[in-house]
Amino acid sequence: MAKQTSIELDGTIIEALSNAMFRVELENGHIITAHISGKMRMHYIRILPGDRVKVEMSPYDLTKGRISFRYK
Amino acid sequence: MSTKKPVVKTDDEVELIRQSSLLVGKTLAELATRIRPGVTTLELDRVAEEFIRDHGAYPGFLGYNKYPNSICASVNSAVVHGVPNDRLLQEGDILSLDIGVIKAEYWGDSAYTFAVGEVSPEVRQLLKITKESLYLAIEQAIAGNRTGDIGFAVQSYAESNGYGVVRDLVGHGVGRNLHEAPEVPNFGKRGQGTLLQDGLVIAIEPMINMGTRNVKQLKDGWTIVTADAKPSAHFEHTIVVRKQKAEVLSSFELIEKAEGQLA
Repeated sequence: MAKQTSIELDGTIIEALSNAMFRVELENGHIITAHISGKMRMHYIRILPGDRVKVEMSPYDLTKGRISFRYK
Repeated sequence: MSTKKPVVKTDDEVELIRQSSLLVGKTLAELATRIRPGVTTLELDRVAEEFIRDHGAYPGFLGYNKYPNSICASVNSAVVHGVPNDRLLQEGDILSLDIGVIKAEYWGDSAYTFAVGEVSPEVRQLLKITKESLYLAIEQAIAGNRTGDIGFAVQSYAESNGYGVVRDLVGHGVGRNLHEAPEVPNFGKRGQGTLLQDGLVIAIEPMINMGTRNVKQLKDGWTIVTADAKPSAHFEHTIVVRKQKAEVLSSFELIEKAEGQLA
């Protein structure tokens, strides 16, 4: 049986929540909560509302994601 | 998303996985003798379950994440995870059967796409290329290579023939669980991905669409179909990575023999 891999979607940051969590509106219209990835934390990359970001999501839970990239 | 470390299997564990995988091949061969227009995938499911239990093993898919049957039966534009039903197979259909077996606590996972009666030359070509891409992928599964090398082999071969490579579903490690690390996508860049080590057991399963690579899920919560309703083929082997050449643990030998006797 094939395994479902994580889905990569783009979205825009709507608001910043506490603990490096953000509310993101995905390009398909859904609004999810996402946290910043450890790699971005390590390199001190800041994210502000209005930024376009790439979000990794598990197909098994479509309400949470991981922000893996911030576009310029 | 899956960044867990893959677990290498001991020779004893590999042997147990081989037994389970060979049983999957035998079961597929048994089903191959019964595939013809007028048969339903539900009947095939019953035959498979009985066959597996008679061999002292457990049909692993049954109850897996609440999956209702023992086999996945995906017809034509269904890519994978088709749920067996009472639709009659028709001449010209392609049927992809995926079976998982647990024997002595270890899994075996293999799949084959069959032609029901006579199929069009384009469809026959899709089956041929998909099966060949699996063998090209297995050639890359040696210690020191990475999962990206496997994915690149499948992707470049399939796309050079004009087909779409499914992105949403991937191969996987196999052991006491069905889906273990690492993920083995059918696309990728050479030199990227998880490092393959001697003794790593993985299931490589190219899923190739005749048209677009995009897929969607049906409302039954399981079946994955192509976005453009064109056919899709799927072949899977469970293999163990070795230093010089991968060992294929499952086998298509009996299946091909059965196919030859029907043709």
